[in-house]
Amino acid sequence: MKIVILGNGISGITAARHIRKRSDHAITVISEESDYFFSRTALMYVYMGHMRQQDVQPYENWFWAKNRIELVRAQVQSVDFDAKTLHTSDRRVIPYDRLVLATGSRSNKFGWPGETLNGVHGLYHWQDLEAMERHSAGLQRAVVVGGGLIGIEMAEMFHARHIPVSFLVREKSFWDTVLPPEESQMVNRHLHEHGIDLRLETELKEILPDDKGTCRAVRTHSGEEIACGFVGLTVGVSPNIGFLKNTALETNRGILVNEFLETNQPGVYAIGDCTEMRQARAGRRPIEAVWYTGRMMGELVAQNICGKKTAYDPGIWFNSAKFLDIEYQVYGDIRAKLPENQATVYWEHPGGKKSIRLNYDKASGAIAGFNLMGVRYRHEVCEKWLREGAHIETVLSNLGLANFDPEFSDQYESEVVKVYNRQTGKSLSLRQRRGLPGVLRFLQHLSTSSQR
Amino acid sequence: MRDASVSIANPAPMMTTVRQKLALVVAGVGILLLLVVWAAGRAIAPLPTFGAALILVAAGILLFVREEYLQRPEGIKNNGVWFRSLTARGVWGWLAGVLITGFYVCLYWFPQYLAGLIQLFDPVSQALRGQAADQWFVYGSLYTAAVLLMGIKFAYKYRHNPYQRLRTLSVVFFQLGFAWLIPGLLMRLQQPEIYFTYFWPLSYYQGTPMAYEGYAGSGLGTFFFFFGLAMFFVGTPVLTWFFGKRWYCSWVCGCGGLAETAGDPFRHLSDKRLIAWKVERWLIYSILILVVLMTLLLWANVATGRSMLQGISEPFYKTYSFLIGSAFSGVVGVGFYPILGSRVWCRFGCPMAAWLGIWQKKRSKFRITTNGGQCISCGNCSTFCEMGIDVRAYAQKGQDIVRASCVGCGICSAVCPRGVLRLEGASELAGDRERPFK
Ligand SMILES: Cc1cc2nc3c(=O)[nH]c(=O)nc-3n(C[C@H](O)[C@H](O)[C@H](O)COP(=O)(O)OP(=O)(O)OC[C@H]3O[C@@H](n4cnc5c(N)ncnc54)[C@H](O)[C@@H]3O)c2cc1C
Ligand code: SF4
Ligand code: SF4
Repeated sequence: MKIVILGNGISGITAARHIRKRSDHAITVISEESDYFFSRTALMYVYMGHMRQQDVQPYENWFWAKNRIELVRAQVQSVDFDAKTLHTSDRRVIPYDRLVLATGSRSNKFGWPGETLNGVHGLYHWQDLEAMERHSAGLQRAVVVGGGLIGIEMAEMFHARHIPVSFLVREKSFWDTVLPPEESQMVNRHLHEHGIDLRLETELKEILPDDKGTCRAVRTHSGEEIACGFVGLTVGVSPNIGFLKNTALETNRGILVNEFLETNQPGVYAIGDCTEMRQARAGRRPIEAVWYTGRMMGELVAQNICGKKTAYDPGIWFNSAKFLDIEYQVYGDIRAKLPENQATVYWEHPGGKKSIRLNYDKASGAIAGFNLMGVRYRHEVCEKWLREGAHIETVLSNLGLANFDPEFSDQYESEVVKVYNRQTGKSLSLRQRRGLPGVLRFLQHLSTSSQR
Repeated sequence: MRDASVSIANPAPMMTTVRQKLALVVAGVGILLLLVVWAAGRAIAPLPTFGAALILVAAGILLFVREEYLQRPEGIKNNGVWFRSLTARGVWGWLAGVLITGFYVCLYWFPQYLAGLIQLFDPVSQALRGQAADQWFVYGSLYTAAVLLMGIKFAYKYRHNPYQRLRTLSVVFFQLGFAWLIPGLLMRLQQPEIYFTYFWPLSYYQGTPMAYEGYAGSGLGTFFFFFGLAMFFVGTPVLTWFFGKRWYCSWVCGCGGLAETAGDPFRHLSDKRLIAWKVERWLIYSILILVVLMTLLLWANVATGRSMLQGISEPFYKTYSFLIGSAFSGVVGVGFYPILGSRVWCRFGCPMAAWLGIWQKKRSKFRITTNGGQCISCGNCSTFCEMGIDVRAYAQKGQDIVRASCVGCGICSAVCPRGVLRLEGASELAGDRERPFK
C-alpha cells in the first residue's frame, strides 16, 4: 500500500514514523516548505542565535532513508480524490492508496490596508524567518501586531537583537482572553521590565508605504503613527487548506474529520492544525492548533491506517509557553474569567514573577485546573488529580508532589495552602514536599483518596 | 530549505553591545599582557605586571557580567552564541584555540618557552609555597584563576537557578582549596604535593608503584594513596548510587570545574550526532582498559623484580602519559574548547568518567525525568548539552534520560523553555523508568 502524507510538520512526521514502526507500507512525505522536518516551535531560537537550522531538526538527515520514508519537496496544487492522485506545481502526479493531510496552519491577515507591502510578515513558516532576517539589518524599529503567543515571541526575537519593538495589543491586557487577570498583568509588567514598548488597547488601522513599496510606519486606530521598517502580523492562525476548498473534500474552517480522523473521502485522513473535529470532545475545541495534539493525531492516524482502529482522545488539556523569561504551564480548565461555579486559590511571589493558581468546583470541591507562572509542575501528577476529580484539599495537602522545579529551588506549596486557609478559615497543612520517590508511589500505587 | 544557512547566518547581527565589547577589550588587554610576557621570555617587575593582568581580566569579566546579566532581567542568556565569532568557531574562536593549544604544547614539552610566565608567577609561588615557581605552578594558577573568574561569571549568568549557583560554588571551592591552596601549603610544610580531589585513574600516576614509593616516609602521602584507591573501589559506587556521577564530574573534579566555568561559552559546540556517540563509547572504554592494563603491568613489573617486564611496562607508561595524559587531556581536551566544545576529554577520554558512567548507567538512583507530554522538540536541551547527549530524542518521547556520560550539569533542564526536564533520584533503579509516556 502506498501512503502519502502531505506536510512534514510534527503531525505528518509523527504519522510517518509510527506507520513505519507498525508496517512495511511505502511512505512518501511531501512538503513545499523544507527538505527536512524541523521544529516550528523553535523558529525564534534560530533568529536569536541559540540554535542553527540543523539544531532544530530533531532527526539527522540519514534517518529518513534508513527508515524508508521518502521525502519529496513539492507544492501540491490539487488533489483528485476519485483518481487518488496529487498534482504538484511542477506538474508531477503522485498517486496514493491512503492520503494523510497534515498541511498545518497559515498566518491570519484581516485585509488591512498595506498588509501586502514589502516588510510585512507573519511568523509561521521557515520563509517568514528568512524574511525577518532579510529585513533586520539596520532595522530601526519593528512593530508587532497581535498579543498572542506568537506575537510575544516575535517581540522577544527583535528585542534579543537589540532592535526596538512596539507591541500592539488590542486587549486591555496581554492575552487576557486566555490568561486570568493576575497572570496577564504579570506579563505586562515583564514586557515593560524588558523595555518593550507595549501598547495595550491599540489596534492597527493601516500600514503606510514608502515610495519603494516597503512599509515605513503603521497607523493605529487612535491615529498615531509609529515609524517602523518591519511589521509583524501575529493575529492568530487558521487551517492551511486554501487549495482544498471547493473540492469533494468536506471542510468548514478546517478539514472536517470524525473521531477516527477520517474525512468524508475514503482513504483520506487529516491530522494536526489543519483539522476540525466534527464533534469536539467535552471541554475541548474543534480546532486545537498546538504541537502535542498534532503529535497525538499523527500517532493515532498511524494506528488507524495500520488496522488498529482507535478513537482520538487528547485527554486533559495542557499547554505551555514562555513569555520572555517567565515560563507558563497550564493543566486542565483555566479560564480568563472565573466561571460562576468555580473558586480559585491564587498565590503570587512577592517578586511578581511567579505564581500558582488552582481552580476548583465550588460545590463538589473537585480540582478543575492548574495555572503556573515561573514554576514548573509535573504533568502526570496534575493529570491524575484532574482525571480523578480529586478534592481541592487532597490536592493542596499533597501539592508538593506536583512540584517539578530544579533541585534546591524554593518550594512555595505551603504558601498556596496558606492562601486557601485564609480564604476558607480552614487549617490545612502541607504533607507532601517535592520529590520523585513520593511521586512514583503516588502514580503507581496509592489512589488519591487513600492519601488524604 | 533553500540552503538557509546562507540567509540565516547573517554575517554579523548586532548582538554584542558597545559596553560588552569594551568589557571584552579590557579583559583582552589583561590577557595581552600575559602574552607579551610569554613572548618576551622574561618578566619585568613581576608583581605589578601580574597584579595588573589579573585586575584587568577580572574587571573585564565583571563588566561583561554587569552589562550582559545584571542589567537585564534574570533568565536564559544564550542570545547570539551562534553568531559570535569567539563562540561559533569564527576567527576569534580559532585564534583562542591555537593560543590555548600552543600554551599546552609549551607546558608539556617546551617549558623553556614559558620562562617569562614562570618569572611572573614567582612572587605568588614564594608567598604560597615558599619556593620558586615552575611551569606547573603557572599552569595551576592560571587554571584556578580561570575557574574562579569564569565561575563568578557563570554563577551570575544562572543567578535564577539555585542548582547552578551551588554547583559553581562547589567547583570553585574544590579548585581553589584542594587543587591550589592545599597542595601549595603542603609543599611549604615539606610534605608531598597532594591533590585530594584527583584519583586514579584520572590521575594515572596515583595508582602506580612510582607514586607509592614516592610517598614513602610520608604518612599523609601513604594515606592519600589508599584513600584514592578506596574512592575508586568504594566511594565511586556508593556516591554514584545516591547522586549519579555528577557528585564528581560537575561538583568536585577540576577538569569538570574548568569545563563548567571557562568552558561554558563553548558548551553548544559538542557533537550531537549518533556517530559521535559511537566513537565516544569505543574510545572511553578503551582508555579505561588501557590505564588498568598499564597499572597492572607496572605492579607486575615490581613484583617480578623489575626485570623481564621493565621493557614493556616503562614504554607503555611513557606512551600513555604522552598520548593520553598530555596530548589528549590537555592539548585537545582544553585547547580545543572553542572548536569541539568544553567536555571533549570528559566525554571521549577520561577513564574516571568511564568508571563513574558504568555505575551511573547500571546502579544509580539518578536520572533526568521528563515532564509528560510538554516537550515541543525545540532542541535547546540537546544543543546546550556539553556531553553531546541528544536529550531531545528522549524528552520528546517522554522517556527518562539515563546515560553513562551525563555529568548532571543541569543545563538541559535550565535552558528548556517548557519546563520538561528535572534531575532527580529515587530508590528504584534508574533503568526501570526508561519507558515512554503516552
Ligand atoms: C512561532 C511558533 C511557535 C509555536 N510555539 C508553540 C508552542 O510553544 N507550543 C505548541 O503547542 N505549539 C506551538 N506552535 C504551534 C505548532 O507549531 C503547530 O501547532 C504545529 O507545528 C502544527 O503542526 P502540523 O504538522 O499540523 O503542521 P505544520 O507544522 O504547519 O506542517 C505543515 C506542512 O505542510 C506544508 N504544506 C501545506 N500545504 C502544502 C501543499 N499544498 N503542498 C506542499 N506542502 C504543503 C507546509 O508548508 C508545512 O511545512 C507554534 C507555532 C509557531 C509558528
Ligand atoms: S544531559 Fe543535561 S545534565 Fe546531563 S550532561 Fe547533558 S546537559 Fe548536563
Ligand atoms: S529543551 Fe525542553 S522542550 Fe525543547 S526539546 Fe528539550 S525537553 Fe523538549
